[in-house]
Amino acid sequence: MAEINETAVEEKVSLGKELKTLAKKNLRDYMMYIVLVAIVIFFSVVTGGKFISAGNISNLFNQAAYVAVLAIGMTLILILRQIDLSVGYVAGFSGAIAAILLTNHGWPVYLTIPIVLIIGLCVGLYQGLLVTRVGVPAFVTTLAGMFIFRGLLGVATSKSGTIVIKNDAFNALNNGFIPDINIIPGVHFVTVLIGIIAVCLVIFTQIKARRNKEKYNFKVVSLPIFIVTLALVSVVIMVIVTVLAKWHGIPWSAVIVAVILLAYNFMLNNTRLGRYIYGIGGNDQAAELSGVNVKNVILFAFCSMGVLASLAGILYSSRLQSATPTAGAAFEMDAIASSYIGGVAVSGGVGKVTNTIIGTLVIMSLTNGMNLMGVDTFMQYVVKGIIFILAVAFDVTTRKNN
Amino acid sequence: MSDFILEMKNITKTFPGVRALDNVNFSVKRGEIHCLVGENGAGKSTLMKVLSGVYGYGSYEGDIVYNGEVQQFKGIADSEAKGIGIIYQELALIPELSVYENIFFGHEIIKGRSIDWNETISRSSDVLKKVRLDIDPSTKVKNFGVGKQQLIEIAKALSKDVKLLILDEPTASLNEDDSENLLKIIRELKEQGVSCIMISHKLKEVIEIADTITVLRDGATICSMDVTKEKINEADIIKHMVGREISNIYPERENKNIGDVIFEIKDWTAYDPKKGREILHKVNMNVRKGEIVGLQGLMGAGRTELALSLFGNTPGYKITSGELVLDGKTLSIKSPKGAIKEGIAYVSEDRKGNGLVLIQDVKYNNTIANLESLTKGLVINQNEEIKIANEYKESINIKTPSIEQKVGNLSGGNQQKVQLAKWMFVSPKILILDEPTRGIDVGAKFEIYTLMNRLVEEGMSIIMISSELSEVLGMSDRLYVMSEGTITGELTREEASEEKVMALAIKSE
Repeated sequence: MAEINETAVEEKVSLGKELKTLAKKNLRDYMMYIVLVAIVIFFSVVTGGKFISAGNISNLFNQAAYVAVLAIGMTLILILRQIDLSVGYVAGFSGAIAAILLTNHGWPVYLTIPIVLIIGLCVGLYQGLLVTRVGVPAFVTTLAGMFIFRGLLGVATSKSGTIVIKNDAFNALNNGFIPDINIIPGVHFVTVLIGIIAVCLVIFTQIKARRNKEKYNFKVVSLPIFIVTLALVSVVIMVIVTVLAKWHGIPWSAVIVAVILLAYNFMLNNTRLGRYIYGIGGNDQAAELSGVNVKNVILFAFCSMGVLASLAGILYSSRLQSATPTAGAAFEMDAIASSYIGGVAVSGGVGKVTNTIIGTLVIMSLTNGMNLMGVDTFMQYVVKGIIFILAVAFDVTTRKNN
Repeated sequence: MSDFILEMKNITKTFPGVRALDNVNFSVKRGEIHCLVGENGAGKSTLMKVLSGVYGYGSYEGDIVYNGEVQQFKGIADSEAKGIGIIYQELALIPELSVYENIFFGHEIIKGRSIDWNETISRSSDVLKKVRLDIDPSTKVKNFGVGKQQLIEIAKALSKDVKLLILDEPTASLNEDDSENLLKIIRELKEQGVSCIMISHKLKEVIEIADTITVLRDGATICSMDVTKEKINEADIIKHMVGREISNIYPERENKNIGDVIFEIKDWTAYDPKKGREILHKVNMNVRKGEIVGLQGLMGAGRTELALSLFGNTPGYKITSGELVLDGKTLSIKSPKGAIKEGIAYVSEDRKGNGLVLIQDVKYNNTIANLESLTKGLVINQNEEIKIANEYKESINIKTPSIEQKVGNLSGGNQQKVQLAKWMFVSPKILILDEPTRGIDVGAKFEIYTLMNRLVEEGMSIIMISSELSEVLGMSDRLYVMSEGTITGELTREEASEEKVMALAIKSE
């Protein structure tokens, strides 16, 4: 009896120790989750539950989509110790081009979107070549880009002012929801199905990864922690899905963001290109002498940023169902803040797109919640700025202590 | 006043989990040159940081008695005010400022409300004379080489009226000429009454210059030797440093198996557009399979430039003539990537600056140059990567708690091993090692030499660039000497002697 007790105690102690080291190692990440949860709770209480209503959550996703897309691209740029200030007006300009093609020229959506994305690619190529081949610092190149695309947006919309888009398919991108097959009345069945599939996938891939590690005799987190983490993730997915299913289901914008997020996360974690991005951010000379084509990797990041900026422009104009001469103002601020709040190191070389999305949710929850509360727009900037600087200051201190 | 300018008594300094200094006693006589030696991690730098106030009063136990008084330095400013000056291994000059601005940086001469530049310039000239630097003080610091910058640092310390000068490995990045000159200056300062503590790994110069040598090991004082009274040789010091006798600093190679010429460059000439002159002129050399070829020469002779121009030419020189032949094929290499593909690898002399990604872990750095071999389709096999990194960790004895440790947290010797592991994983035909043992301790040096021998026994060929003459002589099968961008001589191991090499190294055409 005594023996059993002893081993139980021992296991408890080691588990506690493991939790402690985990907490220490991931302090920065956990802090961010806690902040997000705190923000959600705060707004839910202040708005009397309006904030977490299904309608508002859908709305939040739709609002956050274009920022999320920009922030994912920006994460790469910032890890590489570059910057892109032009993304806001590139997005605005791209939205205007889409509107002109759809409304003024009657082009179909399936032609318009690729063309606009190619324009974004060209913008990225132009800025990336200036940075890598001519050697103009990114700050200057993209500041000039800010001038140029702000101007071009004005030129494009000068005749008609706001261009209204009447194409339903296009407008559905950032307003619509995935279709449903009506099986249970009042519940969006496909959404629930997707949620269950997602949970199964997460559990399956995690167990497979764990098995694989065990096959190599590598250290894995202890079973209780593993199970609790999986359960927690599953619960979060199912809660969100349930809330959405009671409304119109999953918005298309969330699907688009999820696909991009998964692709970029895969690229950063599992491919050579991802490795090289981290290496260049950490020490570009060492990367070059290790056989990495540093210029091409940076060029790639600017090209990806250009395409994503155009996509953000498409989403934004789809959401407004129009292109306006002021679209794109301060988008880059939200994108950069999302990345930094999400834990991209100010000195480069460190960052994750999955955390950037959390950063985006923090920033956009603040926007959404304060809108619900009726806080003045300018005051919102002040609050967001304070949260932003606190996050980065916390980041810098924890890194120093490590 | 007592004989001693400085007495550090029973100094104990602990960091969380580590006792870095354990009851260390360390005394410096007035007007002597006192050398402090010990392996990396022995506590030399920590001791000097306690002395200079970086680790302030209260963070350590024991007493610092300076000029007969117990001191309570709270920071560098306090120790500087008392005349203690410290010069770090990494120079702390601002490249874009002039020499005189640098010398008085942080203690500017103020007249009224503004800086008195004329006085600054004139006093700078005075201190520059003391270190025998005949330069225009208004020149920007970036225009000088490391050797002169080192002297400017000393001039800066002198401008603060320093009484006790601490030099942390001052000759680590200097060539033999500049080192010689620096040691001369230190002796002259001694004549003028400046006491000096010098940390150095170069035992030959330690014996040459020291009045007293103190050996630290594992945070404790092992012994203090009065060089003026007894004759000391390198073997004695090494014995105290490592606590065991190393009979031979350079391990013997067991099976020498040198084959045919595998690598050859002919009439290799390069022009540097930034400097506006030719930096390499008609360089001819060859390397055989399984051979270690030394490349000697003074700083600025063009050795690193030659290596970089062969390894994908990252500095962007214009190769105006020449041919590179590897394995019978004439190659035209455009980038490090191309060089690696052809089987040439370059281990940088500056492992922190451009060798390693310090914020990434051991396994990352181990595999970064050869991810191709771990990639299937698009995906890197990360489990395989961990396995390989662990294998290297075992096989070349990288001392790290785990392969997931950030490389920046490792000691110099272990960082160097990670660099070697990285290139071993590429398994090149030609491995160029640029200053492979700079700034690492005796024990780790020995391991690296052993590893080099192992690699050539397995059929790799090594080109070793080194400023340490004895190392080149001890390790090379054959060596080339460079001077002013051209090869001035080729010597076999049997022919080579320090005198012959030096004669070729200073030869100019």
